[in-house]
Amino acid sequence: MTDHDAALAALIRRRWRIGAVLTAIMVVAYFGFILLVAFGKDTAGTLIADDSVSIGIILGAVVIVIAPVLTSIYVRWANKHHDPAIAAARINKP
Amino acid sequence: MSKLGDTNVDAIAWFLGFVLITLAITYWAARRTRSTREYFAAGERISAVQNGFALAGDYMSAASFLGIAGLVATSGFDGLIYSVGWLVGWPVITFLIAEPLRNLGKYTFADVVAYRLKQRPVRIAAAASTLTVVAFYLIAQMVGAGNLIKLMFGLSYELALLIVGGVMLAYVLFGGMIATTWVQIIKAVLLLLGATLLAVLVLREFDMNPLNLFAAAATEYGPGVLAPGKLVANPLEAVSLGIALMFGCAGLPHILMRFYTVPDAATARRSVAYATSLIGFFYLVTFILGFGASILVGRKAITAVDAGGNMAAPLLAEVLGGTGFLGFISAVAFATILAVVAGLTLSGAAALSHDLWTHVIKKGEINEYEQLRVARWATVGLAILAILLGLVFKGQNVAFMVGLAFSIAASANFPALLLSMMWRRLTTRGAVASMVTGTVSSLVLILLSPTVWKDLLKFDEAIVPLKNPGIITVPLAFVVAIVVSLMKPEPEAEAGFDAAQRRMHLGPEG
Repeated sequence: MTDHDAALAALIRRRWRIGAVLTAIMVVAYFGFILLVAFGKDTAGTLIADDSVSIGIILGAVVIVIAPVLTSIYVRWANKHHDPAIAAARINKP
Repeated sequence: MSKLGDTNVDAIAWFLGFVLITLAITYWAARRTRSTREYFAAGERISAVQNGFALAGDYMSAASFLGIAGLVATSGFDGLIYSVGWLVGWPVITFLIAEPLRNLGKYTFADVVAYRLKQRPVRIAAAASTLTVVAFYLIAQMVGAGNLIKLMFGLSYELALLIVGGVMLAYVLFGGMIATTWVQIIKAVLLLLGATLLAVLVLREFDMNPLNLFAAAATEYGPGVLAPGKLVANPLEAVSLGIALMFGCAGLPHILMRFYTVPDAATARRSVAYATSLIGFFYLVTFILGFGASILVGRKAITAVDAGGNMAAPLLAEVLGGTGFLGFISAVAFATILAVVAGLTLSGAAALSHDLWTHVIKKGEINEYEQLRVARWATVGLAILAILLGLVFKGQNVAFMVGLAFSIAASANFPALLLSMMWRRLTTRGAVASMVTGTVSSLVLILLSPTVWKDLLKFDEAIVPLKNPGIITVPLAFVVAIVVSLMKPEPEAEAGFDAAQRRMHLGPEG
C-alpha cells in the first residue's frame, strides 16, 4: 500500500467513525425517549410550565429537532472538511 | 353538520388541477425518457433541493398525515411516539447509507449488496424482499385510498382504486422517474403548505402559543392526553416498534432508489438533510393538527365519521376554513396517496426488471431497448396487481401492513445492506441467508402476533405476544449474516472489499 492509499484509507475510516458516532447519538436519544415513555410513564406525563405541557411532549419535540440538527452538522462537516481532504489526497496521487 | 363525503366541487377542482398539471409534466417527462437511466434514475439530474422534497414526498404518506393527526386527536400523546419513530431513521440514512449507496449502485439497493458478492443469489433474495415490502405497503396504501376517497369525495371504493391505479400508471409508465419525482415534489409542497396553513389557523385560536393548545386539551380531556397511554402498555413492544421504524426507514426500496437520481454523493448527502428537516417540521405540524382537531372538532365528532380517527385533519380544515379548505385538504390527501403509490410501483418495477430480468435471467447481457421494455411491462403488471390487492383486501383492517413493511425492510434489507458496505468478511451465503431470514421471520412472527392471530383470525391468545417483531428479527438477521459468513469464507468477496470501499467513498472515478 502506498502512502497515497494509506492517506485515503485513513480518510475513509474517519468518515465511517464520524458516521457511527452520530448514529450512536441518534440511537441513544431516540431509544432514551422510547424507554422513558415505556418505563417512566409518570415522569413522561409530569406536567410543567403551569400544567400546560408534559415532559414527554417536550422531549419528543427535542428528539424531532435533534434529527435534522445532527444531519446538518454531518453535511456541513462533510462539505467543509471531508470532501476537500479527499480532493487534496487525490491531487497528491503519485 | 360536516359536508365531508358530499360531492365537493372545490375538492374535485383542486384534484383535477393536480392531475392535469402532473399529467402535463408526465408528457414532458415522457419525451425525455429514452433509456433505463432516465426511467429509473431520472438521468441523474435531480438537484439536492428537488430530491429533498421528493424524498419527503415519497415518505409523507396519507398514513402519516391523516393517521398521526387522527391518533393524536383521539389519544393525545401516543401519536408523538409514531412521529418521532418515523423521523429518526433519516439521520441513519444520512450517516451510513446515502453516499455509499449513490457511489456503488445504479438503480436498486441490490446493486450495492451484490457489488462484490455473487450476483444471482443476492439479486433473487433482494428482489424477493423488495417485492414483499412493496406489496404490503401497496395494500395499505390502496385500501386506505379506497376508504379515504369514499369518505372524502363520496366515490365508490372500486372507482377510487381504478382512478388511483390508472393515473399512477400513466405517471410511471410514460414518465418514469422524472415524472414520479416531479409528482412527489408538487405533492410535498402542497402537503406542507396545506398542513402549515392549517396549523397556523389552529394556533391563531390559541394566541399562537402551542402551550395554550396543550393546556386546553388537558382541561377538556384530562392531563392524561399529555402522557403516554395505551400504545406503550408493554415496554418491550415500544422498543420493538422503535427498532422497526428506525431501521426500516433505511431499508425502504422506494426511498433508497431516490439516491440514484442525483448526480453524485455530495448531492445525495445534501438532499437527505433537506428531507430530514422537511419531514421533522411536518411531524411537528401534524402534532399541532391532532391536538387542534381534538378541541376544535371534538373527539366525538371525529370518531363519528371514522372510528379510526383518520378524518381529524379534513374535519379540522372544514371547521377553520369552510368547504373550500376542506376541498383543498381532501385533494392533497388524494394526491399524497397517488404519489406514494407511484414511487412504490417504480421501485417494484426496478426490482423485477433490473434485478431479476437483467441480472438473473439474462445475466447482464441485454440491450437497452429490451431493458426499458421489460421495465414498462413490469410497471403495468404491478399497477394491475396494486388494484387487485386493493379489491381483495377491501374492508380489511390493513393498518398493520405498513408496520409489517417497515419490519421486513428493517430485518431483510437493512442488515444485509449495512454489512455489505462495512464488513469485509460478509459472504454471498451470509447475505442471502440474512435477507431470507429477515423476510420469513418477520412474516411468520406477524402471522402469529396478536394483530393477525387475535384481531383478524379471532383466536383467543396470540402465539407470539409482540405486535411488531423488530426486536427479534433485526438482531436475528444480523446474527444469521455473521454466523453463516464465518462458517464458510468467500475469498473473492473479501478480495473485492478494498476496491468497493474506495468506490463507495471516492465515487466511480476512484
